[in-house]
Amino acid sequence: MKSATSLVAIAVALSLTAGCARRNRELPPEPVSSDQPDGSETGVDDGGIAGAAVPGSRADFIQSVPSDRILFELDSYSIDDEDRRTLDAQAAWLARNANVRVTIEGHADERGTREYNLALGDRRANAARDYLQSRGVAPMRMQVISWGKERPQVPESNESAWAQNRRAVTVVPE
Amino acid sequence: MRIIWIIAAAWSLAFGPPAFAQSPPVPVQAPPPTQDGSDDDQLVVDVTGGRRAALPIAIPFMPSPQAADTPAGNTQALGRQVAEIVSSDLRDSGLFTPIGPSGLQAVSFPQVTAPDFPYFSTTGAQNLVQGFVQANANGSLTVGCYLYDVAAQTELTRQGYVVQPRDWRRAAHRCADTIFSRLTGEGAYFDTRIVYVSETGPARRRIKRLAIMDYDGANHRFLTNGQWTVLTPRFAPNQQTITFMTYQDERPRVMLYEIDSGQTRPLVAGAHMTFAPRYSPDSRSIIFSMAVNGNTDIYRIPVGGGTPQRLTSAPGIETGGSYSPDGSKIVFESDRGGSQQLYVMNADGSDQRRISFGGGGYATPVWSPRGDLIAFTRTGSFRIGVMAPNGSGERILTSGVYAEGPSWAPNGRAIMFTRGASAGQLWYVDVASGATRQVRTPLGGSDPAWSPLRD
Repeated sequence: MKSATSLVAIAVALSLTAGCARRNRELPPEPVSSDQPDGSETGVDDGGIAGAAVPGSRADFIQSVPSDRILFELDSYSIDDEDRRTLDAQAAWLARNANVRVTIEGHADERGTREYNLALGDRRANAARDYLQSRGVAPMRMQVISWGKERPQVPESNESAWAQNRRAVTVVPE
Repeated sequence: MRIIWIIAAAWSLAFGPPAFAQSPPVPVQAPPPTQDGSDDDQLVVDVTGGRRAALPIAIPFMPSPQAADTPAGNTQALGRQVAEIVSSDLRDSGLFTPIGPSGLQAVSFPQVTAPDFPYFSTTGAQNLVQGFVQANANGSLTVGCYLYDVAAQTELTRQGYVVQPRDWRRAAHRCADTIFSRLTGEGAYFDTRIVYVSETGPARRRIKRLAIMDYDGANHRFLTNGQWTVLTPRFAPNQQTITFMTYQDERPRVMLYEIDSGQTRPLVAGAHMTFAPRYSPDSRSIIFSMAVNGNTDIYRIPVGGGTPQRLTSAPGIETGGSYSPDGSKIVFESDRGGSQQLYVMNADGSDQRRISFGGGGYATPVWSPRGDLIAFTRTGSFRIGVMAPNGSGERILTSGVYAEGPSWAPNGRAIMFTRGASAGQLWYVDVASGATRQVRTPLGGSDPAWSPLRD
């Protein structure tokens, strides 16, 4: 029991060190910006082999829920029945993995002005968070961040791309 | 970084260069100028109504009393470059057709105050800019700038600028500003800077860096290294700080950047997202938007920090606040009526009134420095337009490609904005004519903010 605790402590320390190194502002600019929204970039396929994902990991989450994200209508932040089914599954997974904290990213398509879209992304992330909270997820386990139109999932200018970009993504740490 | 303005009377006392030992030109004898394609009613540049032909103005290379090497280059080379900058500034305004500097007869140093009017009248120029560049014993440069009426053979104005060599381009912009103001009656705007967001990389992983440059793109430098996304920088009216939004440490919030020291600090304490900052005209406070549990409102806070004062409370998205130049009112956007529309309120948040009613919607309102217009983004079509502060007289200035985020030139007659949704470029539009041109930047660009006229 003691050794397991210290193993966890070492793992936490290592991950903190890694995080610090990655964010060290003394470093020269990185080839890509380091504030990537994690969920948007890795998408639905995290490379995990079915059945082999570590319980509580992002790969486990992706395998266990219909989707890590819900999509919205233009200029809307309302949640429909399909979204509720997705969020219900996410809430059930979070209930099974009670020590996991998540970040909920809100995004908008490019057909809004920059500042308005920041507010709209915040509305969408909060809509998902509020629903998850209503399904029993403690608010302190959920952090929201709005990316507005700064991080499109599909960087194209058509209806299909816009539909995929209007999203709230539940991001489980890797 | 000081520019000393020298009026004619003080000039010869302070510097007494040979040019001023000359007698003024004798304004007689010369035959009446014979202008090519003379257009006699074109004596004043019309900047408000329909555009007439741009004013032809001759700008020969500027001589030196004595060629000298300086940290900015030889004074003779500087004299050519200053004339080129003056020419470029005036051409970019759309109100002038510069003649020269290349191709014009050389001007000797004594001729700076005694122009060869008969020659310049043959070039078709109505006005003439002459000047000189002189290296001073204390290491500074003096740039002289003279404006003449070719037909009347009279001097209209003269200015001198004493600058450190590194600021030589500013002397050229100040010369162009003097000429522009004297001939148009409008405020100056060439000796200004632009702070904006430099963009590069694919849209899904766009790298956005804060960058600053002179109005014409010179002296470009980056203020942040691109590690964190930055958005919407704005100049303090006193030009001591820049406020912007950053995702530093994955905490999206408004920051303050001190221009001299390069230091940054968060403007508002707390965990909520803050964005859309703009200064009050006295530079003492900033209005910004804060998103609290999905509801965005406008707040005001002293530049030095403190407790934010909430100015709006409607259950909707209130953002994009911008002060009137006298500081008494704030224009902002709100979707409280169903679509994004523009509203005006008193600076304390009272008496909120809707001023826009068109379909689609309106966003990013910015009050003109002259107070007469509010620029905005028309959403839906994504075009830049202007309207009076009471909502009347709406006029769309741009067409075609996606445009967003206007910023006024300090004289209120031009607007810079972003063109392109996910990969932007900076563009310029003349408010009177609607003429547009791209502003060149090393990489992509968005969210331009025009500085006030420099001190």
